[in-house]
Amino acid sequence: MQRYFHDELQDLRNKLILLGEKSHEAARLSVESLLDNDLEQAEKTLALDDSIDALEKEIGHACTRYISLRSPVSTDLRLILVALKASHDFERVGDEAHTIARKTRDILTREGRFKPSLKIREMSRLSCKLIHDAITCFVEEDIEKAKAVIALDREVDALNNYHYEALASKELKKALTDASRFDAILVSKAIERIGDHAKNLANEVIFLLNGD
Amino acid sequence: MNPKNTPLPSNPTNPIIEVRDFNFMYGSAQALYDISLDIGEKEVTALIGPSGCGKSTFLRCFNRMNDLIDNTRIPGGTIKISDVDIYHKDIDVIELRKHVGMVFQKSNPFPKSIYENIAYGLRIQGIKRKNEIDQVVEECLRGAALWDEVKDRLSDSALGMSGGQQQRLCIARALAVKPKIILMDEPCSALDPVATAKVEELIHVLKENYTIVIVTHNMQQAARLSDRTAFFYLGKLIEYGPNEQVFMNPENPKTEAYVSGRFG
Repeated sequence: MQRYFHDELQDLRNKLILLGEKSHEAARLSVESLLDNDLEQAEKTLALDDSIDALEKEIGHACTRYISLRSPVSTDLRLILVALKASHDFERVGDEAHTIARKTRDILTREGRFKPSLKIREMSRLSCKLIHDAITCFVEEDIEKAKAVIALDREVDALNNYHYEALASKELKKALTDASRFDAILVSKAIERIGDHAKNLANEVIFLLNGD
Repeated sequence: MNPKNTPLPSNPTNPIIEVRDFNFMYGSAQALYDISLDIGEKEVTALIGPSGCGKSTFLRCFNRMNDLIDNTRIPGGTIKISDVDIYHKDIDVIELRKHVGMVFQKSNPFPKSIYENIAYGLRIQGIKRKNEIDQVVEECLRGAALWDEVKDRLSDSALGMSGGQQQRLCIARALAVKPKIILMDEPCSALDPVATAKVEELIHVLKENYTIVIVTHNMQQAARLSDRTAFFYLGKLIEYGPNEQVFMNPENPKTEAYVSGRFG
């Protein structure tokens, strides 16, 4: 039997998807602004963070309200728990995007452009795809896609390791300033964390769908 | 109707019942102490609290059911419904009870047919025309989400219905005299979870047109169903507010203890 308050769960799902889309957009814009040397776009990314934080708070309140007033069990309860955890992961994706955008602003102000592009674009595309796929597997309730996200995160980790090694190489030590190499490591690490959050999201979808 | 998730103001902006400094006594035993609260029109208000706290006594004050108990008195205070003091000496109690219907803990259909259970009150009111009665019976059964289940057996005895159906029939019977307010005293306590869910769904729909005050021991039900909740303890109103306050962040430590099961 569909109860009158079950609509609130659909609202919650919609809010979570919206938060996912916002954080995905922030992640994409932040790295694009860095690689395209686009200060205006970096500022847009920074502005997105407040709305991401506000939406996470709204979802947290809706979850607390639903638990307090509706006594959910089974899949309904799992959805609430997943919404709490996933909204935090999305919020953290937004924070990583914020870190990259802030770093972009510093770099562009200081040096005019970001020099050590390395495989940052490839890595960013991959981590954004993971976020996108994590949202899709939640919407489509697709466990196989969730497992694929978890597997693909290793490639993001591998690219991060590549960056660490490359930036420690003699060639790049000569070619780049310490500050530039340090910036590149921070950006790479932030993108790697975005991939980790996508992996967490995929695990949360699996828990939602089968309780594991 | 309160749109979902929209916080209600702490007090109803459109009260239909206004209680001020109301006291009630059974003989020398005081059951209610200085109760003041407003009940919003077309809202569901739940009264909760441990046994003996006065919540059912308070509910029965709204249609003066307590008048039927010997040796009761009101040492002070007023209850106004639509700005009329219902304990004023000129009040016609029968007329009051037409406006304030009641549904009890145990369903109590008349030992008559399903149809007659609803038609009875109408005939007492002087309505004789069969067409008119037929129409109201159908309206009330539809209003109580029962029509589809019983439309082909209206002449069957109401006592042959399931417990949940009997309770919804009692709600339909209460609707027949077009009350403004429906009082419900633990209407689901004798029902299984599915019948309870149907009654709760019905209450949720009814609040579009009626003000409902419900006494319940089931806190999850109060939380699910009502817009506001009043917590009573030892005859005193401890806390009254929107459910978001009472169940998520109560102001009074006694309420906190009761709703979280730490009471006693």
